[in-house]
Amino acid sequence: MSTTRTAWSTASRGAPSRFDLIALILVIGLLAFLAATSKGVLAPITSLDSSPVSLNPWMLPGYVARTTLRMLAGLSLSLLFTFTYATWAAKSPRAGRILIPVLDVLQSVPILGFISVTVVFFMSLAPGRVLGAEFAAVFAIFTSQAWNMAFSFYQSIRTVPTELIEASRSFRLSGWSRFWRLEVPFGMPPLVWNMMMSMSGGWFFVVASEAISVGPTTVTLPGIGAYIDLAIRQKDLHAVGYAIIAMLAVILVYDQLLFRPLVAWSDRFRFESEPGAPAPNSWVLDALAGSRIIARALRRMRGFGRMIGAAVRVRPGAISTDTAVNAKNLDRIATGVVALLLGLAGWQAVRFLAPELGLHDIAKTLGLGAITALRVFVLIAIASCIWVPVGIYVGLRPKVAQVVQPIAQFLAAFPANLLFPVAVAAIVKFHLSANIWLSPLMILGTQWYILFNVIAGASAMPGEMRHVSNNFHVNGWLWWRKIGLPAVMPFYVTGAITASGGSWNAAIVAEAASWGDEHLSATGLGSYIATATTEGDFHRIVLGVVTMSLYVLLINRLLWRPLYYYAERKFRLS
Amino acid sequence: MNANLKMNSDTQPLLDVVHARKSFTKGDGGELLVLDDVNLTVHPGEVVGLLGRSGSGKSTLLRLIAGLSKPSGGLVNYLGTPVTGPAEGISMVFQSFALFPWLTVYENVALGLEAMHVARDEIRRRSLAAIDLIGLDGFESAYPRELSGGMRQRVGFARALVVHPNILLMDEPFSALDVLTAETLRTDFLELWSDGRMPIKGVILVTHNIEEAVQMCDRILVFATNPGRIVSEIQVTIPRPRDRNDPAFAGLVEQIYVEMTAKKGRTTARVSPAGGGGIDMILPRVSSNILAGLLETVAAPPFSGRADLPEIASELTLEIDELFPAAETLQMLRFAEIGGGDIHLLPEGISFADAEVDERKRLFARHLLAYVPLAAHVRRVLDERRTHAAPSSRFLDELEDHMSPEAAEESLRALVSWARYAEIFAYDDETGQFSLENPT
Repeated sequence: MSTTRTAWSTASRGAPSRFDLIALILVIGLLAFLAATSKGVLAPITSLDSSPVSLNPWMLPGYVARTTLRMLAGLSLSLLFTFTYATWAAKSPRAGRILIPVLDVLQSVPILGFISVTVVFFMSLAPGRVLGAEFAAVFAIFTSQAWNMAFSFYQSIRTVPTELIEASRSFRLSGWSRFWRLEVPFGMPPLVWNMMMSMSGGWFFVVASEAISVGPTTVTLPGIGAYIDLAIRQKDLHAVGYAIIAMLAVILVYDQLLFRPLVAWSDRFRFESEPGAPAPNSWVLDALAGSRIIARALRRMRGFGRMIGAAVRVRPGAISTDTAVNAKNLDRIATGVVALLLGLAGWQAVRFLAPELGLHDIAKTLGLGAITALRVFVLIAIASCIWVPVGIYVGLRPKVAQVVQPIAQFLAAFPANLLFPVAVAAIVKFHLSANIWLSPLMILGTQWYILFNVIAGASAMPGEMRHVSNNFHVNGWLWWRKIGLPAVMPFYVTGAITASGGSWNAAIVAEAASWGDEHLSATGLGSYIATATTEGDFHRIVLGVVTMSLYVLLINRLLWRPLYYYAERKFRLS
Repeated sequence: MNANLKMNSDTQPLLDVVHARKSFTKGDGGELLVLDDVNLTVHPGEVVGLLGRSGSGKSTLLRLIAGLSKPSGGLVNYLGTPVTGPAEGISMVFQSFALFPWLTVYENVALGLEAMHVARDEIRRRSLAAIDLIGLDGFESAYPRELSGGMRQRVGFARALVVHPNILLMDEPFSALDVLTAETLRTDFLELWSDGRMPIKGVILVTHNIEEAVQMCDRILVFATNPGRIVSEIQVTIPRPRDRNDPAFAGLVEQIYVEMTAKKGRTTARVSPAGGGGIDMILPRVSSNILAGLLETVAAPPFSGRADLPEIASELTLEIDELFPAAETLQMLRFAEIGGGDIHLLPEGISFADAEVDERKRLFARHLLAYVPLAAHVRRVLDERRTHAAPSSRFLDELEDHMSPEAAEESLRALVSWARYAEIFAYDDETGQFSLENPT
């Protein structure tokens, strides 16, 4: 079995080991990091002006730490949201009927749109404090991760095998223990996977939200995003380079210290174990798991959890009628409240937009949306033509795949907006057309999803299928048409969906970019929203964001979702 | 047998099910009855078997007793008080083991005690005792995925026993295991039971395996389908340990086969004879390969047209869950007759067995259209339509007036596979279209 498990079992006895030392260093390091970086959060906002962001590369580690902390905060919030919202939606079918579509809509709203609209609100929450701006940045990360995490967890709860539910009910587990001992563990592997997937979005938007101006409100939070914003304004390519290097390092560290251990840990919760697949490994997890001190701390925490469990002793195990009726009533009330809020929101939006904007504006944004949509489709098509063959080629060669796959995942996690200045500088230098050459930026960071999904699909192709095609001499174009492409189809569609969603989100940043005082802008809905944001024109921000959400929603419903189900049904090898 | 328990068996019963019925609401608001007027009493010291095919409501009844679902009518009394939810003192062993894959053997076993808020030392003591009892010593720290099926089900038993239940419910606990492992587990269980080493007072076993029921139970309740109900009760008085080769054992197995086929004969008689009986019968999904194989086997020596069902079951290693639907389908198609625990071929059945592929298909097509009303119905609709095509939803809607959506889906799937074999019409799964065209 994996080293993890042996580590766990040795944890309870024996003298302190080297694991203890590593674990101790990790924990102390984490605490020191939290203390040092959170110091600035409560400072008055004027402190931002008195110590402005500087391009001195030695300041970068500090900025990076601040950015990382925001990321952690956003992740925690997303987790909290997932456990409450998704659980509610899954447990109460009535509420789920509203909550899930709401989630679907929220998922289609461009994330920078959220920031533009909410930054003023968050600033007002903690007036005069950096905290308000921090809230806004953390909220950006939250919006880039929470929705798909919630979806994944909702899906998991809904698919817990009936017999496991019956077992936990017949052993009279309380609702609380059932949640922590059955539903959360069962949902853990896909949840961790989704967290990791949305990580890249998180980096992208935390960077974008650290330096943002909505009309007169300007936020510059010390962080890697603000650093690069300043570098752009000062046309400092060296500084851009430093930032890119720093970001690479951060992603590497995050991967090693957070996600590797999480993935390795969550592997134990995998329900179906396909034998042969090697268990993921992480040296950090081994260290933590091997440590006696950590084991003791965990036991304490578990005891604490049990105390909470005893305090909130709910027993949905019993099917007594009156609680069922109560739950139903509660449900009805909650659903009513949600419906009311929705109605109110809709009415507010109309009241807010109607006096300022005419049909002309709506037609204009719809037209711009079509242009951006065209851009996204063309880009996805181009990226597919390149990466699908490459992915299949790589995936069929395990040795190559082992090298390429982590690189592709890494590239997907890298916030592409850090690379924009380089591209923009080149466009300015060579006097290229912004309408054409800004477009590739939209897919710069998201094309990798196509690549690594296709690689995964090709490597999952059963050996027998390959042998059959060799045996019957199925080669060349026939092979691609009848075997290669169909085999990776479900994986490709998954990748393309993610890439398309990411590209729409990136449009707001990519269609309007600048280098020093040169402002480049491509015609499209993204630049429309970006312009409205700089001008502080809230009516147009809202209109643009709503239109974009509509486009994303419709494209998802009419194109991607049917395509996904079709691919799953027809091509999934199982 | 547990002697002192047996003595006070005429005092208070452990469990008393009175006129229990269970129905589900259908999509269109109608009611679907899955369990009708079931009465059952379990006394201390008894192993009671619920024997029947899938869909006969035996698992539904077990879940009512476990308090996992509520009866639509009637009562389930445990030690004199109505069951309103999972009761302390009733625990269950599941067909798929239902272990938590992220917990070790020990943690899986301890879980039930933790939920009861038992003191930690007590949890440890009792869990280890249960693990020891069930023969899992040394596996405490293993994860379920490291164990074989048999070992996993042992964990299932230990987990159920550790809470010291009065009644142990077993939902086809051996049916997911291979023959040898199942036999070992059954003998081990019976040994513990006969020695009185388990803390339980009574057992209810759900099974579709007739031999298993005879081997394990003191009393067998035979279930029939549509709606699920008890049709007979059989006392098993053969002394333990029971030997399968004992003539009394084989005789009882034969008797149960007779009983089950007799009842079944009556239910299918509702639809089979005239052929015009309507489309409301549920068609079982039986592959045409099994049908042909069964016909061939019965037609060939040593059976030569007439066979004892238990014999044919062991000859073809078919469980009754596979054998009965196949035999009934043959009866429905008028290739064979079932009765008295025997199957005997009609002349058409013998010609089928003797025929070549094309002749077989023609014969099958003729009988399918003549004796399966749904087949004739679909064919008629396709003939009448100018396009000679119709969506499956059209027929599903019709079927759902008479049965649950799942049963409708199953029936249509069964029909599709037979119709494809008989080449009487085609079906395109991608578009969900029935048509008369042959696929290109």
